[in-house]
Amino acid sequence: MLLSPALAISAVLFTLGVAGVLFRRNAIVIFMCVELMLNAVNLTFVALAQVIGVGGQVFVLFVMAVAAAEAAVGLAIILAVYRHKQSVSLQNMNLLKDG
Amino acid sequence: MSADAGTSIGLIWVPPALALLGFVLNGTIAFVRPQAKTAVSIIGAGVLLAAFAVAVTIFSGFAALHPDAPVVARYWSWIPVGTLQVDIAFQVDQLSLVMLLIVTGVGSLIHLFSIGYMREDPGYARYFAYLNLFVFFMLVLVLGANFPVMFVGWEGVGLCSYLLIGFWFSEQANADAGRKAFIMNRIGDFGFMIAMFIIFWVTGSLDFETVFRAAPTALVAGGGAVTAITLFLFLGCTGKSAQIPLYTWLPDAMAGPTPVSALIHAATMVTAGVYLVARCNLLFAMAPVASAVVAGVGALTALFAATIALKQWDIKKVLAYSTISQLGYMFVGVGTGAISAGVFHLATHAFFKALLFLGSGSVIFAMHRAYHHAHLHDDAQDMRNMGGLRRWMPWTATLMWIATLAIAGVPPFSGFFSKDEILAAAFARGTAQPIWLLFWAFGLIAALLTAFYMTRMMLYTFHGPNRTGDGAREHLHEAPWIMTGPLVVLGLLSVAGGLLNIPELYKGGAWLHHWLEPVTAPGAALLPETHVSHGTEWILVGVAVAVAITGIVGAWRLLKPETLVPAARSPEDHGFERVLRNKWYVDEIYDALIVRPLVWLSREVLWKRVDQGAIDAGAVNGAARGARAAGWANRWLQTGQVGMYVAAFVVGVLLLLWRAIGGGGS
Repeated sequence: MLLSPALAISAVLFTLGVAGVLFRRNAIVIFMCVELMLNAVNLTFVALAQVIGVGGQVFVLFVMAVAAAEAAVGLAIILAVYRHKQSVSLQNMNLLKDG
Repeated sequence: MSADAGTSIGLIWVPPALALLGFVLNGTIAFVRPQAKTAVSIIGAGVLLAAFAVAVTIFSGFAALHPDAPVVARYWSWIPVGTLQVDIAFQVDQLSLVMLLIVTGVGSLIHLFSIGYMREDPGYARYFAYLNLFVFFMLVLVLGANFPVMFVGWEGVGLCSYLLIGFWFSEQANADAGRKAFIMNRIGDFGFMIAMFIIFWVTGSLDFETVFRAAPTALVAGGGAVTAITLFLFLGCTGKSAQIPLYTWLPDAMAGPTPVSALIHAATMVTAGVYLVARCNLLFAMAPVASAVVAGVGALTALFAATIALKQWDIKKVLAYSTISQLGYMFVGVGTGAISAGVFHLATHAFFKALLFLGSGSVIFAMHRAYHHAHLHDDAQDMRNMGGLRRWMPWTATLMWIATLAIAGVPPFSGFFSKDEILAAAFARGTAQPIWLLFWAFGLIAALLTAFYMTRMMLYTFHGPNRTGDGAREHLHEAPWIMTGPLVVLGLLSVAGGLLNIPELYKGGAWLHHWLEPVTAPGAALLPETHVSHGTEWILVGVAVAVAITGIVGAWRLLKPETLVPAARSPEDHGFERVLRNKWYVDEIYDALIVRPLVWLSREVLWKRVDQGAIDAGAVNGAARGARAAGWANRWLQTGQVGMYVAAFVVGVLLLLWRAIGGGGS
């Protein structure tokens, strides 16, 4: 079984995703990093499904469905923000900060 | 048990129910048609007369059986909490029946008198509603078969007393007097409640029967528990029955209508404390220290109040201090263990003091009317404005003289027998415990003063030249028959009341003494054995009579009503007279020692420090300021940068994960 390598790849992918979300400014890139994290988790699910049972595979389908919905909503928001600010950089999105 | 007698005892709920009915009807009329005075009169006095008739029926039924144990009628369960089981229940026994007859009998006469006295008052319906309510609560007090039911009556009569003292509440002084009475009574009620708690704690019950049955085994005679119970009970008595140190409300209570003073503040409510001690005579007999306190406070009060009565000008104030003094006698009686003597004096006092108060009401009524016709605003209660009234009010004068002789203790009037019996009992106990001789001496001096101040009052009111004023004098005349009628009945009772309990010394049957024996016997068995020979008793009687005569003759010879001038032109008193005139400055001393420190503590510490300083500034504003400061301190966290938030989120998740996998040493 390739369980350990699969989990290792998953961990690397997830960490890359987290690092991207933390350190990149571009909303589109951050968005892609979130997808990367989701898919890293998906990889964990299918890998562990080999050991534990079919439930993990079922869950991957759910995650994909949610990720698709999230992609649609997220892209729509980014488009709306771009129209408003002419930018997709997160540094410009700080309306909640007081004063 | 014969069926008839049993049936009549079963009617015990009727007298209180009638009084309550009167309250509801009159109370409704007071709201709906306050001018319907005829209906109010018929209802108000009618329910009392009916209650008296029922009381007589119950009494005769009970007398036919004369059971040794009380008959208890249970109606419903009131407070069923675990071992605390309190029922709404009435107890019919020898003592409660005597009280029932006094309350309804004297109460009826005073209700009739009120019809005349209060005729012109706009609050007529309200007055009778309160008076009926008072009788209801008084009957609950004397009939209750356990401490809580009695306490309901005890509080209820206090409420009615408050309402009636402040009956003319549009004047600040009257409203203040009502409040004073209520607050002073609250102090006493606190004692009553503590006593109930201890009783329940020790005996596990609050029913009179159960408590008194359990007391000899559950309590150690002379022990701390029974002494605490009886002393706390007596604290309640000092409030309700106006004894030192809580007596100061009673003179102020004269602000109420005079029939109220007669009914509540002389004949019935203020005797509730005496009734309580008589009811718990077994407990008091088990606590010799508390008994000595009761008798001692009674003796001191009798003497102290009598000295104040010597220099009062307000006719009702004289009678108020006289009432306090006579209540002191009753406490000497019941404290000594001579329960029947105390109750006997309670009964005769109800007759002659009600007569004196109603008589003074009759005088005030006449004076007030005279001043009203003459458009004068002089004080209708000040004796310096009276004088020589016997020419216009022969009935009132004669009847009040009868009551005066009775209260002074001149044979064969009723007060002679009852007061003498108390003094004789105190003296007899003094042969075993010498401290009682002091109480006896106090009582004897008080008797001298009583005879003196009562004669003074009669002399200044009814004799000598008239000082009412030229314009008002021709309007003076006797009160209507609805007022003098009850006076005549009370006069007869004041003369003949002694027949209730003529002692064996005069070959009498001592009826009341034997009648009360089932109630008093358990306590009497615990008292020290005393014996006083008939020879000594005759000497005591001789001394008492000599003292009474000395007081009356002394007042007659020493006081010169001719030298008095009307109140408006009277000079100030000087020296010791001034001290007595100002009631030994007791109100001022209480004010300085208790009221002012309390007000200071409330204002300077509780209000300005605790309330404004700690609660307002600390807790209320402090909470708001704390929240604002916390927000101000943490505002840097909110940068608006999503990246920051996510970083914090990741750090948080990592920390949680670290904890979850067992990091950090837990």
